[in-house]
Amino acid sequence: MALLEVKNLGITFGGLHAVDDFNLTLEKGALYGLIGPNGAGKTTVFNLLTGVYKPTTGTFFLDGKELKGKKPAEINKAGIARTFQNIRLFKNLSVTDNVKVGLHNNMKYSAFEGVFRLPRYFKTEKSMNKKALELLSVFELDSDAETLASNLPYGKQRKLEIARAIATDPKLLLLDEPAAGMNPNETKELMDTIKFVRDKFELTVLVIEHDMSLVSGICEEITVLNFGTELAKGKTETVLQNPEVIKAYLGK
Amino acid sequence: MEKNSNSPLVKKSSSIRPATKKNLITYAVVVAFFVLFQTLSATGNLKNAYKALLVPICIYVIMAVSLNLVVGVLGELSLGHAGFMCIGAYCGSFFSVLTKDIITVTWLRFTLAFVVAAVAAAIAGILIGIPVLRLKGDYLAIVTLAFGEIIKTVVNAIYIGKDSKGFHMAMSTAGLGMEPDGQVILNGPQGISGTPRNSTFVIGFILVMITLFIVTNLMDSRTGRAIMSIRDNRIAAESVGIDVTKYKLMVFTVSAAIAGCAGVLYSHNLATLTANTNNFGYNMSIMILVYVVLGGLGNIRGSIIAAALLYSLPELLRGVRDYRMLIYSLILIIMMIVNNGSFFVALREKLKFRLKNKKGAAAESKEAV
Repeated sequence: MALLEVKNLGITFGGLHAVDDFNLTLEKGALYGLIGPNGAGKTTVFNLLTGVYKPTTGTFFLDGKELKGKKPAEINKAGIARTFQNIRLFKNLSVTDNVKVGLHNNMKYSAFEGVFRLPRYFKTEKSMNKKALELLSVFELDSDAETLASNLPYGKQRKLEIARAIATDPKLLLLDEPAAGMNPNETKELMDTIKFVRDKFELTVLVIEHDMSLVSGICEEITVLNFGTELAKGKTETVLQNPEVIKAYLGK
Repeated sequence: MEKNSNSPLVKKSSSIRPATKKNLITYAVVVAFFVLFQTLSATGNLKNAYKALLVPICIYVIMAVSLNLVVGVLGELSLGHAGFMCIGAYCGSFFSVLTKDIITVTWLRFTLAFVVAAVAAAIAGILIGIPVLRLKGDYLAIVTLAFGEIIKTVVNAIYIGKDSKGFHMAMSTAGLGMEPDGQVILNGPQGISGTPRNSTFVIGFILVMITLFIVTNLMDSRTGRAIMSIRDNRIAAESVGIDVTKYKLMVFTVSAAIAGCAGVLYSHNLATLTANTNNFGYNMSIMILVYVVLGGLGNIRGSIIAAALLYSLPELLRGVRDYRMLIYSLILIIMMIVNNGSFFVALREKLKFRLKNKKGAAAESKEAV
């Protein structure tokens, strides 16, 4: 069975069909790309899949479980995690604490145990710290562990967002323009990291990206969106040669 | 990928964590303050007028710390904090007056009064929190403001009495229809009189410490991180599976319960408890908000210092009676500038940086040896 099944997903804002009839089937372990010109509805698809918006038509399933209409927090618990195009970190928390918020639902103790410092607090905090540092070292952020998130340079903030998303132990990871603002070297490094975490944490990855070197470098298959509808779909090399796609991106 | 196997963090983890250290300093400040003033008043070196300030200072410190949990840590503006204090004060007093002859052990009765008040205020917090916490920002502020006023008005309109037949409740004394042996406990605008005056500086201090313990430990835990993540970015918090409503309601409830306890301390410090604009109204809520904002949002130690200082200031300035409010407002403005002005913020950062470097250099030279 496919991990993610999206059927006829659509949303209208007033009279505008922001996304219309979006279909997608992702197998476990896939690294799938979602591209399209600005305003094509890529981020809206992410917002639909994470419950920020409620779809007007269609539905979607993760591991056979219908998630349409669920709240963002419930969808995350079901196994979908995401990053944001405009970075959304917990700015006044340290880098470690950002990741530890991600671990919130995986390593638990009650508020009572926290306030009265019962043994489970110390035990869980210890394993949380260990897990957080492990994750941070994957993204080479462990030397910044005690820094405030807002004091990190831009590239590291993007990496921290991915680390925080992975901390929620998702099945499906949605990355919204992870390479935005990175130079070619950093992008190359990020590609390796994405592939590495996909294998290490057994993730399925859906990525929005404008950087074609990243898309053709890591995505096996892609969908191209234009004006909220699907323009082309299939193997990355074939789709990127498609004259329609080139027209949508570059104009006539 | 395993480039950073010898991370510098391994070293750090053995020393005290920065959050713990910060909390210990806060506790130390409070204990030092307590010891100083307790000694002064025990040796008779404190004027009676100043002695009378000690319990109220504890009350407002507790109020400021608990409001900081909502405004500074959760990031929601609440203007009805005095309403919860009012509920606590009335429930605590009601309980004490009722059981004055039944429970003769003072400490037991007083402790129970705190429990009753905390539970009552917490229930009020939940009841108000459920509808109100769907609102954001200004709207939440307006509704909480209205709530505070409503509570104050309601307690002024209710009469409760007890006689051999049980409890009577009405909107006027005549409406109570009591037997001759009856006793009016809550007498409308005249409030509750005859509350035993059990509040002392020692009890106030213990309550401040308990409040500090709960609030600081809550902040430095899994729950606290979730709360602060909601403040910093609600959408991101939801995206990592934080149940925003649950934690907002939890903060609201805990904060209300603590404010309720402050209310008990307040009502047991007076002979007669009445509700008016200055003690449980809008003025009080704003005053506590001023303490919180000037002490620094999310900064517990700041709240304590600001509340203690700003509460006692008008009293200390009585000597220069005519210029009292002038000086008070000047001090408010100066505190605002020193806390948040760009020049002073930059200066603080610089000092912090220099201090850190000095420490780092010292540690390095130690290692070299």
